[in-house]
Amino acid sequence: MASDLARKTEEPQAPRIFRPTTKSPLGPVKIASAVSSVAPLLALLAILGILVHQALPAVKYNGIGFFVHNVWHPGNFYLQPVTTNGVLHPAQADYGAWAIIVGTVLSSLIALVIALPASLGAALVVSKLLGPRVRNALGVFLELLAGIPSVVFGLWGTLTIGPLLSRDIYPIVAKHMPDVIILRWFRGSTGAGEGLLTSGIILAAMIIPIIASTSRDLFAQVPKLTEEGAEALGMTRMEVTTKVTLPWVSAGIIGATVLGLARALGETMAVAMVSGSVLGTLPTNIYSTFNTIAATIVTTLDSALIDGTGLAVRTLAEAALVLMLVTLLANVGARLLVRKVSTTALPVGRGV
Amino acid sequence: MARNQEALTRIGVRTRRRKAASGAAISLGVIALALVIVPSIWIVAQVASKALPHMSWSVITTPGVGLGGGLENEIVGTLLITFGVAVVAGFIGVMSGIYLSQFARGRTASVLRGASEVLAGIPSIVVGYVGYVSMVVAFHWGFSLGAGLITLSVMVVPYIAKTTEVSLRQVPTSYVEGAEALGLNAGQILRTISLRSALPGIVTGLIVALAIAVGETAPLLYTAGYSQNLPHLGLTHSPLGYLTYAVWTFYNEPSARAIQLSFDAAFLLIVLVLALITASRIIVARASRHRESA
Repeated sequence: MASDLARKTEEPQAPRIFRPTTKSPLGPVKIASAVSSVAPLLALLAILGILVHQALPAVKYNGIGFFVHNVWHPGNFYLQPVTTNGVLHPAQADYGAWAIIVGTVLSSLIALVIALPASLGAALVVSKLLGPRVRNALGVFLELLAGIPSVVFGLWGTLTIGPLLSRDIYPIVAKHMPDVIILRWFRGSTGAGEGLLTSGIILAAMIIPIIASTSRDLFAQVPKLTEEGAEALGMTRMEVTTKVTLPWVSAGIIGATVLGLARALGETMAVAMVSGSVLGTLPTNIYSTFNTIAATIVTTLDSALIDGTGLAVRTLAEAALVLMLVTLLANVGARLLVRKVSTTALPVGRGV
Repeated sequence: MARNQEALTRIGVRTRRRKAASGAAISLGVIALALVIVPSIWIVAQVASKALPHMSWSVITTPGVGLGGGLENEIVGTLLITFGVAVVAGFIGVMSGIYLSQFARGRTASVLRGASEVLAGIPSIVVGYVGYVSMVVAFHWGFSLGAGLITLSVMVVPYIAKTTEVSLRQVPTSYVEGAEALGLNAGQILRTISLRSALPGIVTGLIVALAIAVGETAPLLYTAGYSQNLPHLGLTHSPLGYLTYAVWTFYNEPSARAIQLSFDAAFLLIVLVLALITASRIIVARASRHRESA
């Protein structure tokens, strides 16, 4: 229900109690509420402004190389700090975020590849094959899944499912995968359960609520008559789904998927616990340990404080800025797309 | 004749193939449903099975000591932060929802609404980082309750604002018009008609937002800091513990007791979140029952 509330878009004839012609004692309420409603916009601008301000020296020092090379070296704190491009920094400091950018993108894509079909399948089965009571029951599980704290996902990933997969499943997969394009990625050393694939699986579980609950609501909106018409023409259940239901709501599903992707890109704690946290090396196969931008910030901010010149902390601001801009774009794009073509708005927050 | 027969069998084969494909798709759907349901049950069962066997009152009633002791400081800290978020984010979020549903129009409304929705999508660690460099460092608050709860409030205000706005919009126009016809002024209508009928929805949104706040870690690590002392009420210079920190820090320690504490904290978190979700569902169920009988 809370989910339904968060998702309904504005209706045209909402009751407006404010009438310009009536003299009303609403002054203080109106002012207080107006000030409050500006707060999120101010917070957004403040976050962006502070990040840009913090990141500027790092952007100047790290240059374009930050995005294309792959080293994470805070420099030698025992030598005298040096000034380059007007930025004071520890000698030999060198930062390149290529590996964590790749790690962020890959782990999120793996999550999508798992979460999208699972969410769509579950939403379809629940809304087209089973009754409204089961639909409610699925809602309970989705709410639970959305409510489980991300550290608990991390705990489950690192102590339960990671070891289980790396002991019983990964070795078998790695042994039998053919040595061809893409599938080659599944071969080789399978590690101890901390790595790309495990993180992708955990992330998938975390973004399923967003995609599944939105698709469930979208499917409920497809007109019954159209689907029944298709069935009357002799289509099988699957054909009705792929040729009528899915095309009808495809824009909404794309929006929900992008929103889920944004959440996966920014997820921090669970990934920090199951990624294996290596810095400066690219993954060699799908089981490799890796790192993401968000996890790097949370795990290295502590030690970055040691850098007396502040470059390490500011470099993390640069990384945070990149992450923020990407998620911002994804969010705005998804919402605009869905607002344009659908009456169901995308969820705010975690999806349920 | 023979050719007709052949065509018919061909159609029959194709129909059978299509039906088989449809059946296969349905079973794939059922597997997908299992994939969605199993993780939540698995996680809850796993955490409960690790935490319950050695759970005791002392875990709840003693503060942490090194890698041992209990979780009292974290429990009190989580409750304190959550209460603070309920007050700060609750006020701003509900007020903001009132403005968006009652007063704002046109471009202003869509800009404010859009900003709020986008704010909700910003990664929690980014918000945490900004909270750290601004409040903890630049304002000299140090790791503190104040910095932690403001950072967390920034994350949940959009959700509260959205649920409040939508609940107020769902108040039937006829209620408001009836009240107007009876001569109530706008202030009375907002208080006695609109807010009262939207209350279950608003409270539900608030509770779900608190459930999110209870489970957050990244925004708190570098704003609230950590302390094994019981929290005191100062807003600045008062680092405090919270349950998610215990999960995050103890699981990796080379001590069986610390790992136990990690699972205990995870279990308490799940219990808290489940209690909040259940409360919100009960409110919704009761409210819809009243509506039907009315």
